[in-house]
Amino acid sequence: MAGSDSKPPMHRASLFVPLGLFVVIVAVGYVGFSLGDRHVLPSALLKKPFPQFRATTLHDPDMVVERAALLGAPVLVNVWATWCPTCQAEHEELTRITQVSDIRLVGINYKDDRAKALNWLAQFGNPYDLVVYDDDGLLGVELGVYGAPETFLLDADGTVIYKRVGDVNRNIWQTELLPRLRELGVRIQAGEG
Amino acid sequence: MSGWGWRALLLVWATGVFTPLLASQIDVYRFDDAQQKTRYQALIAELRCPKCLNTNLAGSDAPIAQDLRAAVHRLVVQEGFTDQQVRDWLQARYGDFVLYDPPFTARTWLVWVLPIGLLLVGLGLLLLLQRRGRQVVSAPLSDAQKAHIRDYLER
Repeated sequence: MAGSDSKPPMHRASLFVPLGLFVVIVAVGYVGFSLGDRHVLPSALLKKPFPQFRATTLHDPDMVVERAALLGAPVLVNVWATWCPTCQAEHEELTRITQVSDIRLVGINYKDDRAKALNWLAQFGNPYDLVVYDDDGLLGVELGVYGAPETFLLDADGTVIYKRVGDVNRNIWQTELLPRLRELGVRIQAGEG
Repeated sequence: MSGWGWRALLLVWATGVFTPLLASQIDVYRFDDAQQKTRYQALIAELRCPKCLNTNLAGSDAPIAQDLRAAVHRLVVQEGFTDQQVRDWLQARYGDFVLYDPPFTARTWLVWVLPIGLLLVGLGLLLLLQRRGRQVVSAPLSDAQKAHIRDYLER
């Protein structure tokens, strides 16, 4: 056919266009898939003050606690419930953390039953200095909690400096909590990290 | 009635009796007027469930979605929030994730720029190909070729 002769000659370099496209697609995929867990939301509370709240304690339905109960020293605030298996899995590590450091641990018992929760603590031990009872999950909503366990680290002024969604395990302790506690000046037993 | 007839009847009866029981998960909320109800429904359809990757508050059975529906209802009916105030309230607690609408930041610029960029690249390619197409000029037929065709057609 005479028509195909009139086509401009293909430039050699354009042979590499498909390869270039392929490399771009692979690069986008590589970055996209290494962006981290999409199930973990960045906390909207980071670097912001812990919200005001008013609730009773788990141990005493007549005792009202407010935000002020969390101030004065750095504190780990752990949202947990008896219906949450991961909470049970992290319980041992939380207990250990209170033993090897001077960090204060405060619990928020989230959408749970008071009797069940007290029973749970009696069974597995109570590492909490204070447990706030959030039976309707309203405090949880204020904190942006969308699944227990979640753990917040506050400085002495009540500013949220770190949040963990999921269990606190030895790895999280080593890589995330320990350096931040050191920075906050929390006393930590020799031999940790 | 045959055995199959009775079975079919039983199935129809059971469907009628048990389906409403299965559907009883639907929340019951009271509204002062129809406008509040419309606003509530629009908001829970628009906002995203924090526990789910791609489900709105209206479509999720996750406990947190139930809590947030209750919160949106409270804000709309009791607190008298505007739609934007409800969005801001949720964003302050759960972040941009719940809005389905990423803001233009250093982290998200690609999401916004890429479609526009691709559109421009596509338009550029289109123009380029069109111009190239116009450059191909078909050469006029020689007298011999015309005679050949005429000859061919008249045969």
